[in-house]
Amino acid sequence: MIAALAKASRFAGRPPLSVVMSVVILIVIVLAAILAPLIAPYDPNAQNLLGRLKPPGTLARATHFLLGSDELGRDTLSRLIYGARVSLLVAFTSVLLSGIAGCIFGMLAAFYRGWVETVIMRLVDIVLSVPAILLAIITVATLGPGLQNVVLVLALTRWPRYARVAYAQTLIITNMSYLRLSRAMGAGWLRVLRYHILPNIAGALVVVATLEFGLMVLFEAGLSFLGLGVQPPTASWGAMLSVGRNYVANAWWLSVMPGLALFLLVLSVNVLGDFLRDRLDPRSA
Amino acid sequence: MAAFIARRLIQAFIALFGVITLVFFLQRLTGDPVLLLVPQGATQADIDVMRTALGFDKPLYIQYFHFLFSLAQFDLGRSYVQNLPVVEIIASRIPYTLELAAGALLVAIGFGVPIGVVLAVRRKRWEARWLIGLVLIGQSMPTFWTSVLLIMFFGVFLRWLPPSGASGLQSLLMPSFALGLLSMATFARVTRTSVLDELSKDYVRTAHAKGLSTSRLVFHHLLRNAAVPIVTISALEIANLLTGAIIIETVFAWPGLGQLTMQAISARDFAVVQGIVLIGAAAAILLNLVADLLYSLIDPRIRLGGRPA
Repeated sequence: MIAALAKASRFAGRPPLSVVMSVVILIVIVLAAILAPLIAPYDPNAQNLLGRLKPPGTLARATHFLLGSDELGRDTLSRLIYGARVSLLVAFTSVLLSGIAGCIFGMLAAFYRGWVETVIMRLVDIVLSVPAILLAIITVATLGPGLQNVVLVLALTRWPRYARVAYAQTLIITNMSYLRLSRAMGAGWLRVLRYHILPNIAGALVVVATLEFGLMVLFEAGLSFLGLGVQPPTASWGAMLSVGRNYVANAWWLSVMPGLALFLLVLSVNVLGDFLRDRLDPRSA
Repeated sequence: MAAFIARRLIQAFIALFGVITLVFFLQRLTGDPVLLLVPQGATQADIDVMRTALGFDKPLYIQYFHFLFSLAQFDLGRSYVQNLPVVEIIASRIPYTLELAAGALLVAIGFGVPIGVVLAVRRKRWEARWLIGLVLIGQSMPTFWTSVLLIMFFGVFLRWLPPSGASGLQSLLMPSFALGLLSMATFARVTRTSVLDELSKDYVRTAHAKGLSTSRLVFHHLLRNAAVPIVTISALEIANLLTGAIIIETVFAWPGLGQLTMQAISARDFAVVQGIVLIGAAAAILLNLVADLLYSLIDPRIRLGGRPA
């Protein structure tokens, strides 16, 4: 990721301001998630029933609600900071799992051709035609809600996105002469895939992974919003919004704040993804 | 062409079959599928009667064939919570979801296509830069947040529109807009790419040389040729809108399939959830098939092997 960014900026000087700002926002959110116990002003689950639904900036019972409090008197800012952990964790693990699986399948399909190619690429078409949210719903309805199930569903349904890109990119490269030369000199397939193909297709895969990351954040938030993802009292931006919508008339901060956090995270990821696509993978732009 | 259609049909069939099998075995993973179907608070005797009545005491493969056989007859089983056939429950909600999806598609195309044209024609000007930002924002707004903000502003603050429910065209406005915003970004991007493709062609240069104005060129020539990918992407976007409706309907209390899904989940009405998932998956697979067939009809390179680059 960082290597790709460095490579991208080396090509054409300084990145635009929007990209710089996006990276700053991302760093802030990631740091907040990692350092949550250190920087959160209060315990995210500590209830304060006398300080319920207080607007931002209220001082109530020795607690300073910088971004207001929710229906149980919990500090919104602290919950936002802890909620970042859930969003990032789910998005990161599902992108990692589906990315690795998709990359391996795509490379194998393009490398071996023949029936391996047929089976894998048909499977890609098939899985792509089934909406992930429906699979998530049936999984949750049968196996119960929870983070592991959400990640599992995402990993199982999103790998074809990477497989398609890895496949197309590998096909282009396998026809290049340096690769045939390397094969002729006796390089095994594992060596060829690892040292010659993977570095060349990494750029395109990073672009897909970045854009997918934003989608996965939205997906987790959507499931938690519906009550199918993270379970209370764990703080998650989607779940916070779902509570907040019951108080739109008298506590706007409860729906505005977590939504804003989600929006900023996803927007930053998308801006970065667009930028990387323009720089690393101009063909698909 | 016939071979291509046959291949795609088989693929769609396998996809559907895969989903059905997955749903069947997920149910068995829980240990006792009867417990998913009986209403809460049923006695052990009731559960045993149900087990025999539904055939859950038979071997697994017989249950599986029974499941496939009833699905082939469009029998999705019975909801023991509402005591109605699942097909009936679902059918009563479908029109609402279709209405919402149509409204959202109208918003998505109505805004997305013009934005895409401007992005392509006025490339690298300030208009395009602002619109790109707008598209990115549309793509990054969580639909449920857009919905809550819309309700807050138009429903609660200005009181222009009903904040929720289904009372005529007025209450369709906000949900359609919230749902359409996400697809708008897709339409804008596809339109931009396909208009840019057209702009680089010879006939555009000729038309320009003959003194044709840009607006006439865009409306009379470009859009007609660029419409092809836009039409095909519509089929895929309808599938996305239908699944996206699940969240939007919950926020706006719109009585479609999405709301039904959430009600069924909280009432532990598993038969209905399963029916919705199967129907939804079938619809998505069908729309994917339609998109591919449309595409191959228009672009023969696809059915002759490769995919578009």
